[in-house]
Amino acid sequence: MTSTKEQSRGAAWLAALTAEGRPADGYPQTVRVVDGSLAGEPARYITVVPDAENPFPRVRNGEVGLIEGWTLARAVRETIAADAERATKRPIVAVIDVTSQAYGRREEAYGIHQALAGAAAAYADARLAGHPVIGLIVGKAMSGALLAHGYQANRLIALDDAGVMVHAMGKAAAARVTLRTVEELEALAATIPPMAYDINSFATLGLLWRLLHVERADAPTATDVDRVETCLVEALADIRADRRRDLSGRLKQSARRTSKEVRERLRAEWQEG
Amino acid sequence: MEKISLEFPAAAPARGRAAVGVVGSGDLEVLLEPNTAGSTTVSITTSVNGMARVWEAVLARVLGASPLPATKIEINDFGATPGVVRMRVEQAFEELNATGGK
Amino acid sequence: MNCEELLQRTSFIELSARERARALLDAGSMRELIGPFERMVSPWLARQGVVTQADDGVVVAKGRIDREPAVVLAIEGAYQGGSMGEVGGAKIAGALELAAEDNRRGIPTRAVIVFETGGVRLQEANLGLAAIAEIHAAIVDLRRYQAVVGITAGTVGCFGGMSIAAGLCSHMIVTQEARLGLNGPAVIEQEAGIAEYDSRDRPFIWSFTGGEQRYRSKLADAYVDDDAHAIRETIRAALRAGAPARHRSDRHEDFLACLAAVDPTQQARPDAVRALYKEGL
Repeated sequence: MTSTKEQSRGAAWLAALTAEGRPADGYPQTVRVVDGSLAGEPARYITVVPDAENPFPRVRNGEVGLIEGWTLARAVRETIAADAERATKRPIVAVIDVTSQAYGRREEAYGIHQALAGAAAAYADARLAGHPVIGLIVGKAMSGALLAHGYQANRLIALDDAGVMVHAMGKAAAARVTLRTVEELEALAATIPPMAYDINSFATLGLLWRLLHVERADAPTATDVDRVETCLVEALADIRADRRRDLSGRLKQSARRTSKEVRERLRAEWQEG
Repeated sequence: MEKISLEFPAAAPARGRAAVGVVGSGDLEVLLEPNTAGSTTVSITTSVNGMARVWEAVLARVLGASPLPATKIEINDFGATPGVVRMRVEQAFEELNATGGK
Repeated sequence: MNCEELLQRTSFIELSARERARALLDAGSMRELIGPFERMVSPWLARQGVVTQADDGVVVAKGRIDREPAVVLAIEGAYQGGSMGEVGGAKIAGALELAAEDNRRGIPTRAVIVFETGGVRLQEANLGLAAIAEIHAAIVDLRRYQAVVGITAGTVGCFGGMSIAAGLCSHMIVTQEARLGLNGPAVIEQEAGIAEYDSRDRPFIWSFTGGEQRYRSKLADAYVDDDAHAIRETIRAALRAGAPARHRSDRHEDFLACLAAVDPTQQARPDAVRALYKEGL
């Protein structure tokens, strides 16, 4: 289905990486699932896109709501089931461009926390089953939406672009909750990397496997697609060589030394002395 | 945020240690550990500035009341009143007595 | 309940995180890991003028429950709203990871998580969020071997990324005082407006996210009085029962079928939620 409207980044990258692959049938507008390929083998690509006409009024700008959470779970679990008897599990690529979780009465009422847990569990189970799960951040990667879609990946890749950001809460809400002004928050974020919104600050935290420069993050050129595809292929090889199916890959960089130290102390103290 | 260091005369080194309280609004945590004989040192980190004299007065009363063991006291405070400070410090010493060394 | 029973009750809500962990473990078995005297505090708060707590607001308590090896992760809701920072988050994730490792070596270590948290500590934003993702990963790993039991008792409740962690647990226990929801009321009001969600209307908030509503909507597994003994017994029973055949988080088909029956043009009502999920789950 083509649209004359401007595509979201998630939609643009999904199309580019799957050579305009046809989205799978039976999915809602907001969750696009394409069975494409990676390094010559089948791979499932998943993204969340905005739907201005979404029946749920609080899910019209690319948020992850109730349906999106459970549908992400479905898309991933179908893949797990399809490969259950196979020795080689196909890769799953989460193309990440999510404004936030959905904020609304319906969402709280019907348990959006549980829907996002459904998605997170599916991705985690896929990884534990041996599926290489790759998170590719092409736009916003915010809060609960990221926890549901991408943060359980074996490897995280982000584009180096002003439109790419990772955070726990939007600025206005964060300012209100911490009883500061947005300006004060931004001043703090300038010297406290974990509080910053931009992807370069995020990259200093040691959680990303790669930060990729591209020409047009919002509408990839052929060179951009090539570069990202190459990176995905490398990530796939790296995951398969790893043999570990947990998130310990995120503890390698020196920025994670405090998190590592906590784990080392726990381990040292675990057995009764 | 302010850091205050105080010292008071004390008796023999404490045996054992104690941790009480939480750094919640209007509350504080108190950590007690043994110190060398004769001296109790207090290191305070507090969210409320300009109260050093009040801390000195409150702690002098609590620690000077009867001969207490020599301890290193760490206080992390989030705006507790003198009454709450006194309560938590006394609670910490009580726990020290109760456990006798853990 | 008569006067004597009332007087003998110990409020679980009024206990600190450390006291809660002690109350849940077999008497005398508690041994705290990375306790306050190790002073593993947040590396990020002092420069922002926030006083650190020596245990960063998380208690890791090893011991036994029903004589089996166990670890209790108790979040101190009174410190920074129980929010997750780099150190506290790593304490929880790391302990869950070690519990899973134990199980792979034949040691049946089980975990109980006491959720009293608003989610990510915004002064550490992305590090809190990353730690929560690691907590999620560790719960999904561990629950393959042992039931992971969560409880939220109040007064803070369980919000943000940690509500997702609660949704991953094998069993969730709630009290009347507790709330379990993704977004804090103030944030929903900020994002969606006061007509959508009035953050000062307490009965309204509890009607949707309160413990009793969650229990009656099958989004929690047990509903208990605020009594340490009763809570201890409920946790024991949940651990004895083991993980369910299918975790709630794995029931996307059932939930999608239920949600297909919802008319999104209408605003949600608590009684409709209860009716839908009681029938469909």
